[in-house]
Amino acid sequence: MNGIKDFTEIQTEAAKNLLYRLADDQLILGHRNSEWTGLGPILEEDIAFSSMAQDKLGHSQALYQLLHNMGEKDPDTIAFTRKVNEYKCCHLVEYPIGEYDFSLMRHFLFDMSEAIRFNMLSSSSFEPLAKIAKKFKGELKYHTMHAVTWINQLSTGSGESPDRIQKSLDVCFPLALGIFEPSEYEETLISEKIFFGEKALQEKWLEAVIPVLKNAGLKIPDIENITAAYGGREGIHTEYLKPLIDEMTEVYKIDTGAEW
Amino acid sequence: MKVKYKIDENTVREKLHEVMDPEIPKISVVDLGVITGINIDDENNVSITMTPTFAGCPAIEYMKNDIVEKLSTLEVRDVKVDVNYDVQWNSNMITDKGREMLKESGFALPGKHNGLVQIELLQNVECPFCGSKNTDLRSTFGPTQCRAIHYCNNCLQSFEQFKPV
Repeated sequence: MNGIKDFTEIQTEAAKNLLYRLADDQLILGHRNSEWTGLGPILEEDIAFSSMAQDKLGHSQALYQLLHNMGEKDPDTIAFTRKVNEYKCCHLVEYPIGEYDFSLMRHFLFDMSEAIRFNMLSSSSFEPLAKIAKKFKGELKYHTMHAVTWINQLSTGSGESPDRIQKSLDVCFPLALGIFEPSEYEETLISEKIFFGEKALQEKWLEAVIPVLKNAGLKIPDIENITAAYGGREGIHTEYLKPLIDEMTEVYKIDTGAEW
Repeated sequence: MKVKYKIDENTVREKLHEVMDPEIPKISVVDLGVITGINIDDENNVSITMTPTFAGCPAIEYMKNDIVEKLSTLEVRDVKVDVNYDVQWNSNMITDKGREMLKESGFALPGKHNGLVQIELLQNVECPFCGSKNTDLRSTFGPTQCRAIHYCNNCLQSFEQFKPV
């Protein structure tokens, strides 16, 4: 087990890079999910997306705090004052909430990866991260339970419902593959047992999501011929991220030193 | 510097029983199971370690301040509260008294588990009003992160469950 102080320079860089990717995904999707507050198709879904938003923001805060413990700036400063190209979130989380079917499919594909990722990380050699991961995976259980229930429900529903879910799957799939964009630190992360790596995660994710989608009667996109939406991890983002960050930081920027 | 009266852990723990969960004011932070460490040095500097029920729990800051306020009424030199994940909270950590208080507050209890929460733990949960198990899970998400919503087919009322985590 390694603490923060046991790391070499390259290990620290690798761990920080991983933490930024994870934290930024949580922050951005947390904000997107919160946009369903008051707008959910039924009251329970309104509450569900708002609750999951709260969980995601909590997760981002814990990860930013760990980065702070490693010498980065404090959580608020990191979350709200970086330039757009300094964020490392994947494209999937950046997209506007769209219709409910899109948000639901995004939630399913993303949270299935989260559940596996944090399960893997709970045995990370980087002790502070392993501890946080153990906490997160218990909470994520509720997210995946929710997602699977509704994917099943709507894919086997009547009227336009199955079609819309299929279309959302086709739109979300290339974006979801972008979750697993490898970083330049993969080798270090794997050899130091900090993380099993994005490739291993993607394989496990496919093993987990495909049976659920098939069971729901959906057609699996042709994975071999899909181009994954890479770029986010390197700071190249969709047109949707900047307006989101501007909105998210609008009040903060009026008076950055304000005491709340 | 040596102090005249060394404060002991029990005194601190007793005081912490006065710090309530702001959202369920009958249950204290001790009975909720979120206090994970009490340390008192020779100069009566007290440091408390606590861990949130859910990572995004907005009540944690409130509880943290309340702990400092309540413990400052003892003859302590300084009080520090550190929130971390060294010990990760789960619903099995709620004490028996805590479970009693949850029930009194109108909540169905989280089923005890071995670290792995299965969907079964959320089905046919006992209604806190009439005791019937003829109930349906309506939503795994409720008014706060730690609550799920159920419906009792016997007494025809909705009720909340403190989620098993």
